[in-house]
Amino acid sequence: MDLMNTVLPYLLSGISVGGQYALIAIGYTMVYGILRLINFAHGDVFMVAGLIMVYLSASMPLYLAVPLMIALTVLLGFLIERAAYKPLRTAPRMSVMISAIGVSYLLQNLALYITGGLNKNYPTIPWISDPITVFGSPTKRVTLITPFLTVALVIVLVWLINHTRVGMAMRAVSRDFETAQLMGIRINNVISVTFVIGSFLAAVGSMLYFSNYPGVVPTSGGMPGLKAFVAAVFGGIGSIPGAVVGAFIIGICENIIKGLDIILQAVGVLKEPLELATFSDAFTFALLIIVLVFKPTGLFGEKTTDKV
Amino acid sequence: MITTRKKTNLISLLLVAAMLALVIVLDQVIQPTDSMSMLLKVLQKGSIYALAAVSMNLLNGFTGLFSLGHAGFMLIGAYTYAILTIPSEVRDVVYQYYDAAIRLSFPETLGNAMGPVGTLLGVVLAIVAAGLAATLVAWLIGLPVLRLKSDYLAIATLGFAEVVRAVFQWGKLGPVTNGSNPLKSFVRINSFQLKLGGTTISLTTFVPVLLATVCIALIVLLVNSTYGRSFKAIRDDEVAAEAMGINLARHKIMSFCISSFFAGVSGAGMAMVLGIAQASNFKSAMTYEILLMVVLGGIGSISGSCIGAMLFIAASEWWLRGLDSGNFLGINAPGIFRNGFRLVVFSVIIMIVVLFFRKGIMGDRELPDLFKKRARKEAAGK
Amino acid sequence: MSSILKVENVTMQFGGVVAVDNLNLEVNEGEIVALIGPNGAGKTTAFNVITGVYQPTNGAVWFQGDKIVENHPQGKMKKLYKGEEAGSYTHVLAPTPDKITQLGMARTFQNIRLWKSQTVFDNVLIAMHCRTHTNFLAASFRMNHREEQEQRERVAQLLETVGLYDVKDELATSLPYGKQRRLEIARALATDPKLLLLDEPAAGMNPQETQELTAFIGQIRSDFHMTVFLIEHHMDLVMDISDRIYVLDFGKLIAQGTPEEIQNNNRVIDAYLGVVEDA
Repeated sequence: MDLMNTVLPYLLSGISVGGQYALIAIGYTMVYGILRLINFAHGDVFMVAGLIMVYLSASMPLYLAVPLMIALTVLLGFLIERAAYKPLRTAPRMSVMISAIGVSYLLQNLALYITGGLNKNYPTIPWISDPITVFGSPTKRVTLITPFLTVALVIVLVWLINHTRVGMAMRAVSRDFETAQLMGIRINNVISVTFVIGSFLAAVGSMLYFSNYPGVVPTSGGMPGLKAFVAAVFGGIGSIPGAVVGAFIIGICENIIKGLDIILQAVGVLKEPLELATFSDAFTFALLIIVLVFKPTGLFGEKTTDKV
Repeated sequence: MITTRKKTNLISLLLVAAMLALVIVLDQVIQPTDSMSMLLKVLQKGSIYALAAVSMNLLNGFTGLFSLGHAGFMLIGAYTYAILTIPSEVRDVVYQYYDAAIRLSFPETLGNAMGPVGTLLGVVLAIVAAGLAATLVAWLIGLPVLRLKSDYLAIATLGFAEVVRAVFQWGKLGPVTNGSNPLKSFVRINSFQLKLGGTTISLTTFVPVLLATVCIALIVLLVNSTYGRSFKAIRDDEVAAEAMGINLARHKIMSFCISSFFAGVSGAGMAMVLGIAQASNFKSAMTYEILLMVVLGGIGSISGSCIGAMLFIAASEWWLRGLDSGNFLGINAPGIFRNGFRLVVFSVIIMIVVLFFRKGIMGDRELPDLFKKRARKEAAGK
Repeated sequence: MSSILKVENVTMQFGGVVAVDNLNLEVNEGEIVALIGPNGAGKTTAFNVITGVYQPTNGAVWFQGDKIVENHPQGKMKKLYKGEEAGSYTHVLAPTPDKITQLGMARTFQNIRLWKSQTVFDNVLIAMHCRTHTNFLAASFRMNHREEQEQRERVAQLLETVGLYDVKDELATSLPYGKQRRLEIARALATDPKLLLLDEPAAGMNPQETQELTAFIGQIRSDFHMTVFLIEHHMDLVMDISDRIYVLDFGKLIAQGTPEEIQNNNRVIDAYLGVVEDA
């Protein structure tokens, strides 16, 4: 029971963070599935969503600010695709990836300029930010809500992809870009929808994520973005369930590692702390490298071969 | 044809020598209080970034391996150099929270034995060690990672750089790396002076420029050798390269290791210029910046990378400074021109280059090519 | 006449699809041998097995008396494989394509794969890289000056022979189609092979270009004492220059022999024209 009390808080925040990563990871995995592009700017869209919320909530009530924030984030995602990726449709993949890095750089610098580099306090959203206790460990309600909300959104999304026209078009485009185009699917619309969905989920994710953190800074998007991408790769890029499973695994592992010193001491394995928490970020990437080397297509990915 | 090649080589050599001489002169003429002193700062930082950009270009532009692990290798280089050059009397001050494990200082030991020449030799050895440390790590990580294809390789190397950063910040390695605290008080660029009779010649700017020039020259030699040509063949068509007897694994890892060697050296150079080595400075943002320099100059052009790096540093540190301090090109608007605006304008410029001038400044040509073309045009005109 | 290449019981299976089925063939030194067959018969797959691009599911390849490739069904393939020769091979020998090239086998590609940013001259020069003995440091400091000079002279000579010397400084991809094919052959010759494998060298050529190519292949044989093994669809070319022909259909060898024998072989005619089913 003592061990349970030590592990539980880390496990809880792991599940919560995992859900937030999952919402970002879906954006990565969908874009990659269709454009074969690592959208490096996605993490920054997530950060900008946080900032928009900070500024909006200062001037209007929350019931207006939240939908407006989501709408603006979706617009941002849409505009980024149109301005920075669409002109490079026929360019080599490396150029598009560089463009994505450029957009990420631009968004971060823009955020730096607007905030003056200061930490912006995220507004307290009533109810979901309320403190609660789960099995004796204090946390915020958002921790509990996140996994359920994530799973619900994913179910809706998967249903959309499997049962609507645009979903079918998406599946067709991700299977074969050129052929889908020849079949009369409007590629640009499909891609835009993908970015809209991705940005929407990132906006929801940012609301959940930043409620648990003290505030937003221009570099806030970088790490969660990268980790969500790793989650997408881990689950097999292009696969939505894969991204979700990957995100939960990474979120939980990362948080367990944060508390590993304390947990191991509680179990009695360790006599003194090893400062393993330093590796909570690094672990994710080490995991990534291992997965890529041994199963490059991830847990649920499909195998592709080159033709000679 | 062969004589013209020799002539171009000779001219290039003379130009480089003239440039180095000019740098020494500038170093003496410009005082730290001058408004032009920014030029020296740009030359110091820019040349190191140029080396970093060229070494990245060797991998991304010439071998076609899209790797984003550069900051990691630079970090390894910077730390190796710093650890090996901190003088023993300040070592305990630098490692204030730890008991320093490595107590050897190359410049000091060799300097005691051989005088000033020994000190210089010690610094050179420490720089080489910085490169070799990065190469060793590159070799270890390259074996598994280089089998990955384009964007998977990019993300794996990016992740690797993050792992390196975490390892160097790990408290348990504190006796070696000083944990998350910076390393300082080692031999830096302004330690270099030449005493001729009564006059002291400052080599502060000359040293980083020379370091970068020598290393870039080595990379040029490699690129134009039979190995460099094979790298380009791998970039153009991997399957054909393999079918023509080029061992892909061996050449890729070779390119990766050589690129990392020079990344390590540029990391050492960076430490020398900044006077500080701290893991938190070598984030993926640094890799992105170097990548953007390469893109700005033209992927696959060495002179382009140098120009790109110099422009990047000059623009962000010097020319666009006014955008941050309220006054730019005579326009005074402190409301808009405040902290951070410079970087916004700068990133917009970068995006314009990425979107509309995809080939960058040089494309895949080199500086001498431009003159050749002109000569040919003139010949045709006659 | 000694055998230079021997393909022994080679089967190549992609999942349930059998692309090459228990193929046996032999090429002797100095011969020009053709491998023909309808589209999708498995010709290029056979080439890819010989040159190490694919690892066969079962069988072996011999080159100049040495076994260079060998495999037997493993893993998932073990269940799927229904070949007669299962069990005759026990070892795995799977060199990468570059190793095979270094043994003295060079190939061209069906869809031209030149190094597009390189000049004609450099395309051929790079192919000589696999024969250099200098390490990268020595090469960087130009300690291989003599070797490099020698190589450059050989490239010039080679380009002269194939008639591309006057375009040596052009970009490879700026050449007309027929010349690109020639350049691919020149590039393969630069690796100093004993056996040249040509994958549809006349694809996309007009009759006149095809005729030139026929003469060119003959010239290569006499000038370089080369053994040539080719895949081709142009029957004129094949019948003109081949000493012997193998015919592949649905992955299986259906006929072999001299051009005359093949021309009069009913099974070959059926394979190409299709059998009229009984109504």
